[in-house]
Amino acid sequence: MITVGIDVGSITAKAAVVEDDQLKTVEVQPSGYDSQKAAGSVFDAVLDRLKMKRDHLQAVVATGYGRRNVSFADRVVTEITCHAKGAHFIDATIRSVIDIGGQDSKVIRLNENGKVLDFAMNDKCAAGTGRFLEVMARALEIDLARFGSMSLQAKAPASISSMCTVFAESEVISLISRGERRENIVAGIHDAIAARVVSMAKRVKIEAPVMMTGGVAKNSGLVRALENRLNHKICIADTAQTMGAIGAALL
Amino acid sequence: MSEKNKDPEKEKRKIKSVKQMKDIMTAYYIDAKTAEETGKKVAWITSGGPVEPLIAMDVIPVYPENHGAMIGASKMGVDLCEKAEEMGYSRDLCSYAMADIACATVNGGPIGGLPKPDMLVCSTNICGTVLKWYEIQARYFQVPLFILDTPFCHTEFSEEARQYVRKQFDEYTQFLEAGCGKSFEYDRLQAVGKCSLEGQRLWQAVLDTCTHKPAPMSAFDAFFHLALIVTLRGKQVTVDYYEALLAEMNQRINDQISAVPNERIRLLWDNIPVWYRTRWLSDKFASFNACLVADTYTSAWCAATKYIDEANYLDSMAESYTRIYLNIGVDEMAKSVLQMIDKYDVDGFVMHSNRSCKPYSLGQYDIQTIVQKERGIPTVILEADMVDERKFSQSQIETRIDAFMEML
Repeated sequence: MITVGIDVGSITAKAAVVEDDQLKTVEVQPSGYDSQKAAGSVFDAVLDRLKMKRDHLQAVVATGYGRRNVSFADRVVTEITCHAKGAHFIDATIRSVIDIGGQDSKVIRLNENGKVLDFAMNDKCAAGTGRFLEVMARALEIDLARFGSMSLQAKAPASISSMCTVFAESEVISLISRGERRENIVAGIHDAIAARVVSMAKRVKIEAPVMMTGGVAKNSGLVRALENRLNHKICIADTAQTMGAIGAALL
Repeated sequence: MSEKNKDPEKEKRKIKSVKQMKDIMTAYYIDAKTAEETGKKVAWITSGGPVEPLIAMDVIPVYPENHGAMIGASKMGVDLCEKAEEMGYSRDLCSYAMADIACATVNGGPIGGLPKPDMLVCSTNICGTVLKWYEIQARYFQVPLFILDTPFCHTEFSEEARQYVRKQFDEYTQFLEAGCGKSFEYDRLQAVGKCSLEGQRLWQAVLDTCTHKPAPMSAFDAFFHLALIVTLRGKQVTVDYYEALLAEMNQRINDQISAVPNERIRLLWDNIPVWYRTRWLSDKFASFNACLVADTYTSAWCAATKYIDEANYLDSMAESYTRIYLNIGVDEMAKSVLQMIDKYDVDGFVMHSNRSCKPYSLGQYDIQTIVQKERGIPTVILEADMVDERKFSQSQIETRIDAFMEML
């Protein structure tokens, strides 16, 4: 049985193909303006790669904010359910998931069957999300991919107190002009995000083992900041960014 | 949609009493707006305020909060809140207050504004905001204001509190005598009190029909039919209406007509409705075959019956008006929620975190934790506002509801 999961996010669209409980391939592309087009593009890409056609598939399940725009999907499921399912598939001991995506962050608690028990979302404010990191990378003129390694070199993380991404950007600019080291600023940014996310995690009574999913999981510096605040190790899978699509395929 | 194309299933499911309610409320507001011509007095009163003495004195009670709900339902809340902000009021204030303060200056809202009050009656049992709100309106309209100050009841109602509040009821009757130019009608109050109690009992009976599986009506219907027990409590028309509504609900149970055709999931709603989205929310939950069978808001208008002493109505008002749902400690509120979960046998709990209402929204996270611990049912918090649509993000709310329903 072959199924495909499509996760249409604010920054990237992802597709995952699962055959008989085995992950076959994944694809990530920018979402751009047209989420329907992006969904179609990642879908076509994985089908082409595996030399498959639509009628080989048992089902196509869509998730993410753009899920209702995927006209060729058989079902839509929220990314909360999908990330839990995906994390459980990768590691059945996982009991909590922290998902930091492009425009929201969430903490999900799940049971031994991968079923969601409780969740909390920050869907009001970009200051705990991937968008915040993008804005900061632009302000610091550093490639976002280097954020992780840079912050791990920081001796003394700067304190960034602004609640709001836009005002935090101004704060960072003034730190730069005061001659603050870039590693310290990046570490401070990571700490600010970690503080928000951990506060949400505690509200949901987060339980170990914890896995982090979403594109931001690639940022080792942010993972370290989260581990420090949570006082606990966080598991990361290679498939962190496509976890939503994987979960969708499994549903 | 033409008459020919009306879905017979949908028609059958519609609650017939709705038309009657609309007629009664229209007549009520016309009565209030023409009071000056008919020589009657109009009092603006808070939703938790003691209305029975007003009825006894033939004063027409008008509820800015009920009007606020109408403003929200008509989607006129944003414009009025913006107007209030231009007047200098903070965006963080209660949207009922904002809408009313702005509305008074422009006669806005769906009925061309409320009639000018002859007096104002404010009880702090629901919150402290009303105190400042009514002081503002008293200055604006240059009319007398009566304040009933009700101490907070964490768990009990002390004798000191009882005496303190009871004494204020004597001040209230004096206030009304001065405002109406006649002696206070104690006998009439006794009769009005009896009628009020009967109305509350009938309203409770109507809500109780939803213990039936499937429920004949939903919380969204209750939000609509609530209007009379709020505004015309103590009047015969309220008793007559709820008698008819109760009969209709029992008939629906008999005929197996339910609010949600294939009720599979039963939910409890907490907090004031999101007035500008009740239809969307109702349809959204119904799409999952879920019915909101009960809520803490509409049940608040019949919860005080246990404190009312029909034989000593005036004396018992001190307790019945102080020990209301918004004036008790969070532990007590949680107990009440657990009772409702059991009584209506619900599968999940939906909490509206209402930006406008701190007494209702503060403590929701604690109540959520208690519910999860004591009953183990899924819960979800929807952050929005009752009247100010700027604080409602449809896509985010939809994701939360979808994820919650996927848990059930």
